[in-house]
Amino acid sequence: MKRFFFLLLPMFAAAGTLAAQDTTRVDQGVRVGVDYRPGVRPGLVVLPGPGLDSVRAIVGRDLDYTDRFEMVTVADASSGPATGRGAAEGGGGVNYALYKTLGAEFAVELAESAGGLTVRLHDLNAGRVRNQQTLGIPSSTASDFRLEVHRLSDEIARWASGVAGAAASRLLFVSGGRVYRADSDGEAITPATPAGQTALSPVWSPDGQRIAYTQLGEGRGAVLVQALSSGATFAVPGSQTALNITPTFAPDGRTLAFAHSDERGTDIYTANVIDRCCAQRLTVGRYADNLSPTFSPDGRRIAFISTRAGPPQLYVMAADGTDQELLAPFDFGATGSSNAPEWSPDGASVVFHREVTGSPQIFLVDVGARRVRQLTSSGRNEDPTWAPDGRHVAFISDRSGRRQIWIVDIETGRVRQLATPGAARLPSWSRRLGRTTVVPNP
Amino acid sequence: MRAPSLLMLLAASAFAGACGGKAAPETPAPEATPAPAPPAPTPVDDSADRDRLERERIAREAAERARAVAADLAAMINFDYDQAVVRPADQATLDRKAVILVANPGVKIKISGHADERGSDEYNLALGNRRAAAAKRYLAGKGVDGSRVEVVSYGEERPLNPGSDESAYAQNRRDEFEVTAGGDNLTAPQ
Repeated sequence: MKRFFFLLLPMFAAAGTLAAQDTTRVDQGVRVGVDYRPGVRPGLVVLPGPGLDSVRAIVGRDLDYTDRFEMVTVADASSGPATGRGAAEGGGGVNYALYKTLGAEFAVELAESAGGLTVRLHDLNAGRVRNQQTLGIPSSTASDFRLEVHRLSDEIARWASGVAGAAASRLLFVSGGRVYRADSDGEAITPATPAGQTALSPVWSPDGQRIAYTQLGEGRGAVLVQALSSGATFAVPGSQTALNITPTFAPDGRTLAFAHSDERGTDIYTANVIDRCCAQRLTVGRYADNLSPTFSPDGRRIAFISTRAGPPQLYVMAADGTDQELLAPFDFGATGSSNAPEWSPDGASVVFHREVTGSPQIFLVDVGARRVRQLTSSGRNEDPTWAPDGRHVAFISDRSGRRQIWIVDIETGRVRQLATPGAARLPSWSRRLGRTTVVPNP
Repeated sequence: MRAPSLLMLLAASAFAGACGGKAAPETPAPEATPAPAPPAPTPVDDSADRDRLERERIAREAAERARAVAADLAAMINFDYDQAVVRPADQATLDRKAVILVANPGVKIKISGHADERGSDEYNLALGNRRAAAAKRYLAGKGVDGSRVEVVSYGEERPLNPGSDESAYAQNRRDEFEVTAGGDNLTAPQ
C-alpha cells in the first residue's frame, strides 16, 4: 500500500490565527423547545479544474458537512485557476475578484502535481495562498482512498476555520440484525457482522480498530468484541450468561462497560477486554434496571439510565460505581422516559433521547449546569451518537417515513440524512480514524 | 381367488359400519327405546376391538386434559405500557400455572418477556427481562422452585402483532411461557 506523506509548505508566517466561526457559546438559562443560533459562516468555493473529480466531489461534500462554511458552487466552465503555475506567491491564476463577488472568502484549489496532489487554500480577502500541501494520494480504487481524502478535508477545514472536520470517521448501525459501517458521508456501506444473526447496540473502540455489540440469541446474548481487521470475536467476561446489552468502551480502550440482565434485574458491569478478565459489578438494582453506560472523556465518570425512580431517567456515577446521582432533572409523572445517553467528546454535555408527548426527541444535558436542551421536534428521533467534532449528532429518525440515520448540527440546527438501503437503527459514530496501525490482536 | 376376496371385503366393510355406529357418541339411542336386536353373529369376536376403543377413548381424554393443562401453562399474560407489574386480571392465569407446576415437579418452563415497539430498543430488552422476572417471582411466591423457571427477554424484537396501533401494542406487551422439560404426560392438578 502506498504510504501517505505530507509536504508542508508554509508560504507565509501565519498572519494570526483565523478566528474560528465558533458559535458554541450558548445563552445561559433554561432552554425550552428547539433553539439554534445559525451564526455567520464564511463562503468557501472548491475550484473546478482538470481531473481529480472524485477527490473534488468528496472534499466539497465533506467541507459542506462541517457546517462551518457557506459553500459557493461554480460551473466547471467558469474561470478556474491558471495551470502551469508553480508554488508562486499570491493568487497565481485564481480569479480572486470573481470568487469574492460570488461571496467566497476561501477557495480550495486541488491540482495534480509531481508529488501526487497539491492542495492550496486561498484567502481571497488577503489575496494570497494561506496554506499549501503536496501529498501522495492512493489510487481511487485503493481501500483507503476515501478515508485519505476525508483526512485531507478535515485538514482543509482546520486551515480555514481553526477546527478540524470530522469527515475521517465512520458510523456503525444495525439493519436487518446485521452491523454495517459507513463513511461519515454515507458512502462505502459495508457489513461488519455476518448475516443471519441478531446484532444490537454496536459501538466503536476508541482506536477504531475494534467494535463491540450484543449478539442476541434465544432471548439471551453475550457482548462480543470483534477486531475489524480479522473479524475475530470473543465474548466479554461476565457477559456469557443471560442477556447482556448496551456495551461501551472506556476511553482507555481496555475497560468495557455493559448491562447484564437476569432475574434480579439489569445492572451495569465492567470488564477488562485486553486481558479478558475481571468482571466487576457497579450497580445493584434490586429489580430495577441500570443500563446504557457511557464514559466521560476522562474516563472518571459514567452516565447511565436507571429505573430506580420509576420510568427510565439519566443518572451519573463515578467509574467505580460510587456517588450515584441524577444527571438530567425531571418532573416525576410529567417528564417522559429518557434513554440512550452518550457523553460528548468535550465532556461538557450528554446527549440522550426523551419521550415528549409519546415521541422520543433528542436532548442535551449540560453536565455542569444540569440544564436540558431539546434538539429535535420532527417525528420520532432516538439513539443519538456524537460526531468526533463534538458539534454534530447522528440519530435515528422516521421523519422520512422509515427509520434512517439523520445528522444534526447542534449549532445551526441544519440536518442531513445519511441514507441507508434498509431501515437503520442504533448508530454509533467513531472517533477520528487514524491511519491503520498494527495493533496486537488481544 | 377373486370371489372370496371380494366377499371378505364386503364383510369387513359391513362390520366396520356397525362398529362405527356403536362408537359414535353423537347419536346415542334414547333410553326409552327398546334395545335393538343383537347384531347378527359374526365370525369375529369384537371384544378385543371394544377394549381397543376404550383404551383409545381413555387416551384421547387424557390427551385432551394434557392439552388443556399445556394450554394453561402456555397462556400469555400482558402488561401495561412501560410496566412490569403482574396485573390483577392475570393473577388467575399465573395461579393456574403455579398449581400445574406444583403437580408436575418434573416440568421446567422458560418465560420470555416482550415489549411493544415504542420506547428505546435497548431499554425494551431490560423491560422484557423485568416482565419475565416478575412472572417468575409471582410463581415462586406460589411455591414453584426458581430452578425450574428460566427467564429470557426479546425486547421488541419479536412482536406478536406487527401493527403499530394501540391494540397491537397491547398484544405485544407480554410474557410467553414455554415448557422446556417434562412436558409429556402432564398431570392435571386436583
